[in-house]
Amino acid sequence: MPLFDDKVKNQLSDILKNIRDKVTIVYATQEFECNTCRDTHSFVDEIAALNPNIGLEVYDFVKDRQKLEPWKIDKVPAIALLDKDRSDTGIRFYGIPGGYEINSFIQALIETSGRREPLPDALAQRVAAVKKDVHIQVFISLTCPYCPPAVSTAHRLALENRNIRADMVESTTFIHLAQKYGVQGVPRIIINETHSLEGAHPMPAFLDVIEKL
Amino acid sequence: MEFNLSAGAFAAEQKFMPLDGKTVYDVMILGGGPAGLTAAVYCMRKGVSTAMIVKRVGGQVAETSGIENYMGYRYINGMELAEKFREQVLQFGIAYEEGPGVRSVEQGAVKKIALDDGRTFSARTIIVATGKSWRKLDVPGEDEFLGKGVAYCATCDAPFFAGKDVIVAGGGNSGVEAAIDLAKIARKVILVQFLDNLTADRVLVDGLGRFGNVEILLGHEIKAITGDSAVRAVSAADRKTGVRREIAADGIFIEIGLVPNTSPFRGVVDLNDAGEILIDCACKTSAPGIFAAGDVTSVPFKQIIIAGGEGAKAALSACEYLLRDAAR
Repeated sequence: MPLFDDKVKNQLSDILKNIRDKVTIVYATQEFECNTCRDTHSFVDEIAALNPNIGLEVYDFVKDRQKLEPWKIDKVPAIALLDKDRSDTGIRFYGIPGGYEINSFIQALIETSGRREPLPDALAQRVAAVKKDVHIQVFISLTCPYCPPAVSTAHRLALENRNIRADMVESTTFIHLAQKYGVQGVPRIIINETHSLEGAHPMPAFLDVIEKL
Repeated sequence: MEFNLSAGAFAAEQKFMPLDGKTVYDVMILGGGPAGLTAAVYCMRKGVSTAMIVKRVGGQVAETSGIENYMGYRYINGMELAEKFREQVLQFGIAYEEGPGVRSVEQGAVKKIALDDGRTFSARTIIVATGKSWRKLDVPGEDEFLGKGVAYCATCDAPFFAGKDVIVAGGGNSGVEAAIDLAKIARKVILVQFLDNLTADRVLVDGLGRFGNVEILLGHEIKAITGDSAVRAVSAADRKTGVRREIAADGIFIEIGLVPNTSPFRGVVDLNDAGEILIDCACKTSAPGIFAAGDVTSVPFKQIIIAGGEGAKAALSACEYLLRDAAR
């Protein structure tokens, strides 16, 4: 049975008309797919079928390890987005972006395709000035209405500056990782292992932390 | 699997424009819940130049799972209703921005609206529709343990308390709903209520009564939240005897109602004892040219349909004010 019912499917294909340039979804899974891997696989299959400008490449976490290496994918199920030049955007989704998180996924697709509002000048300058390697992990749950904006903000930072990588991490799929970072409420944002933010924050708050790294 | 898609947020035919710092708008609407969004539709149809600053589309509506008392829909999910409201607004060429918070407002013939990010905008009238947000307990440990056991959103954070002992502060509808959500997965739920009875609707209290792992502590006030790297215990005092007890727990969900979002307007408009903006039956505040609508105001009964109606009224009042202002 498909994941998207007809209503959601029609809405999605309408929304995805906004896709401008080609976007490639890299999906990493494993041969014996876990439950959420199977669901995530259907998810990317169904999304890619909705628009000819969405490409899909599926890799095996074990067999294709070398191919996955440059994208630094360290767990599955994982989704990475590549832009029209197949260049890595740094955008990752670990676990299925279902529930409320469908919104951050669709936004990431559209923004990666080149359709995005420019950032205000002052903000754009701050983002461009980030020279260090930054890794943002946004822990979420699928029932959290406040989480998608936090994920989208992190992904937008990655899109604007290739020194920044940004992951959505679904907390119940990666429960050990959530425990490692003491996640007891979402969204919880971990920046370079050492810094954290609780709750959804606007872009300047992310930058305040990043500039202190 | 469910998908809570906000279809309207991605609509291709959106006509809205960015806010302009040099324009003096006729109406500036602050807030994007049912009151603010309805006010926007009325203003745009009247043809006055309108700007709108929204922190979160839908406000509390977007956090509500199911709505069964908004006319026209026997049942609709909150996110969906909020998106429908927004879609109806964004068909107009309104100046619209989502995200920033309002820092302060300055009264005058032309009013100044300063944002948290430092930008300033101007308008002849303002409609305040900033709604309410979660009330805090205001006890030691509450801020310190935020996200480390202190939570305000049961649907978001309940999964992290599977098999654990958790406290719910509050015996109203939101407290009892949170306790029900948590009772399904937690080892034990202790509901601590300030009053001597639960004030939630009967159907909810009955629902809670069906769980064997729920304990209810009435007439107790929470005094402190303690722990090390995360919450370990909550201290509560019997309101009659003053006797304090330590309740071991891994987390606490604070569901004690709401407070109006009025801090940018303190000293500019009059508030009532509950901190709500005082308005008359035409949504006028004590400050000429500043109107208010919805949950942030003194109007009784916080309901989507009421907030929507109040938003319409505030818009019409603002338009009337502009006409008179121009005639002077």
